[in-house]
Amino acid sequence: MPGLKQRGLELYGWFEQRLGLGTPIIEMAEHEVPENTSSWWYVFGSAATVLLVLQVMTGVLLALVYETSASHAWNSLQFLDHSVKLGWFLRAVHGWGSDFMIAVVLVHMAQVFLFGAYKFPRELTWIIGVGLLLLTLGMAFTGQVLRFDQDAYWGLGIGASIVSRVPIIGGWLVDMMLGGPIIAGPTLTRFFALHVFVIPGTLLAMVGLHVWMVLRLGINDWPMPGRVVRKSTYVREYDELTKKTGIPFVPDAAWKDAIFAAAIMLSVIACALIFGPFGPTGQPDPTIIQTAPKPDFAFLWIYAVLAYLPPSLETPVLFIAPVLGIGAMLLLPLIGGEGEKHWSRRPVAVLMLAVIAVTLGVFTRLGTYTPWSPIMEAWTSDPIPVAYLHNRTPLERQGAIVLQNKQCRNCHSVGGAGGLRGPALDAIASRMTEDQIIRQVLQGGGNMPAYGNALNPSETTALVRFLATLRGNDLSPAIDASRHLADSSETPATPLTEH
Amino acid sequence: MDPMEQNSQGEQPVRAEPDSVRSAKHSRRAFLFKLSLAVNGAVGAVLAVPIIGYLLGPAMKKGSSYNSWISLGSLSDFPEGETRLVNYRNPVTTSWDGQTGDIPCWVRRVSGTTFQVFAINCAHLGCPVRWFAQSKLFLCPCHGGAYYADGARASGPPERGLFEYEHKVSGDTLMISAGKMPTLANQARVDTPLTQIDGTDATKRLMALERPEPRCGSCQG
Repeated sequence: MPGLKQRGLELYGWFEQRLGLGTPIIEMAEHEVPENTSSWWYVFGSAATVLLVLQVMTGVLLALVYETSASHAWNSLQFLDHSVKLGWFLRAVHGWGSDFMIAVVLVHMAQVFLFGAYKFPRELTWIIGVGLLLLTLGMAFTGQVLRFDQDAYWGLGIGASIVSRVPIIGGWLVDMMLGGPIIAGPTLTRFFALHVFVIPGTLLAMVGLHVWMVLRLGINDWPMPGRVVRKSTYVREYDELTKKTGIPFVPDAAWKDAIFAAAIMLSVIACALIFGPFGPTGQPDPTIIQTAPKPDFAFLWIYAVLAYLPPSLETPVLFIAPVLGIGAMLLLPLIGGEGEKHWSRRPVAVLMLAVIAVTLGVFTRLGTYTPWSPIMEAWTSDPIPVAYLHNRTPLERQGAIVLQNKQCRNCHSVGGAGGLRGPALDAIASRMTEDQIIRQVLQGGGNMPAYGNALNPSETTALVRFLATLRGNDLSPAIDASRHLADSSETPATPLTEH
Repeated sequence: MDPMEQNSQGEQPVRAEPDSVRSAKHSRRAFLFKLSLAVNGAVGAVLAVPIIGYLLGPAMKKGSSYNSWISLGSLSDFPEGETRLVNYRNPVTTSWDGQTGDIPCWVRRVSGTTFQVFAINCAHLGCPVRWFAQSKLFLCPCHGGAYYADGARASGPPERGLFEYEHKVSGDTLMISAGKMPTLANQARVDTPLTQIDGTDATKRLMALERPEPRCGSCQG
């Protein structure tokens, strides 16, 4: 149909005469890039951009139904999940898209760092990229708040508690964050404004700058050991490389970006179909306190760090560490803007990346099963293993009941069930003498509260007698060496001989 | 011919002005432009005052102005020696706050008219603490903060005891002063519990225990 094609071209010409955008866009797409930049390692930035577009689109679609009020937000998510056709799928895609976006942004950042791509003249591209990472995390946090459920409610409480620790202006910042005296309607609406207007607007503008700089400065050439970046020569060398080996970005290099982006999108869709949407968990009703709040995946590592910091260090670390961390990321290209790009010549960089990745991974893993949290139902739900009650005296069995009733299991596991906050008790008597156990139970210490007020003498005796029978696979009991010396003339008297 | 070109030809005599006149005109226009920038700056500043005032509104209110005395119920609801969960409607709410305006707190009736009213929020990061009557402990589900019956810190990451509400017994009713979510910013940083029962003793004992023990959490004493 040549007539149709002709008419199409005419239409294009009509717009092009007025807009004048087509020619520069085509030129931009076809601009020459060094051949070695066409790599499967250079696909993460474009994938992150595609994911951003997906998030904007699904976000707008969710906003068609979402109700921004503290009393109805949770219900509107239930409505989306169960009553709106394919509402659950849109929520799932938006939620998984968010997780994928954080992951891809992090991988992109790690790759850029490892390839030295932040060096001259791309320092500002990196600095803006750091801003994009923070904005992406900001989207994740505010998005988690909009899923106005129990985790969101108490997550806001955690956020407010962190903010309240800022010296002098802490209280003022909490008020600004909550928009009122408590976590309520005004809190949700301000996080909605952040999630839907402020952060995405800034994010899109900064992505525009980021991409503009990539186009203007060229894609980072593949690093080679010995090819050193110098401010005086780099631009000329890069131009020569482009002239010598240049290929048009579209289509010769861009096809890899497009295929990877498609694979990522398919993964998001697959996760959405298989695993469904995130939450909402319980209603945002603070009077339902039977809950163990947990942040979303991206923030689990912070949640874990907060469990392990000693109380005296917590506030300083909370505010000094992010400043140092973000400051270091921002200063990195300004300080290390020249020199070797190849990872084999930058062992410290490789080591740093490995340490950071392992640290984040370990803390995230810990955050998935929170060994520091007491298991609130363990004392009623996890029985004492039958083997631990065999051949025990009535007093010792009474002690097992005390162990259950006094909620020791919430923090201590027996037979593999129970809390992980304190040590497992299966072999406690091989590590502590009876006297030590009594002292520990009554006075507490280390990380254990004192139970002196919660146990009467007979309960204490029974409990300790039972604990003294727990010696794993018949390990030898712990012995008080000093007593042994003092009583060396007598035969050591231990109450455990019957076992 | 393009109308724009026609125009520029029509203005031909203007171009014939001597350079001195043109530069005088230019400097006048440049001045007017700068003046317009200044005017817009002033308008912006005028506009900024209400905008910033609006934004800072929630933070400008005095914390105590949110608080008011509310009833938690009659004394007979609280058996002596027990600690009970009580919900109250926050005195400051909007009609669209829904369930988020209902706030729980722990009421401990020590004896007679001696009460302690604890906030639900852990002093570490604000998660809801739960009372375990058998072990006489408050436990936090988030990071395992633990408190004794009198609210004193027992173990874990909190740096102080539970937050307490001011309370009073008026006639047969237990009243608390509530309205604002308690955080470290509006409750004194390291505050001893308002009501000292066995708290002093426990705190001293803890201090004595903690000082010589720079141990890891899982180490045994």
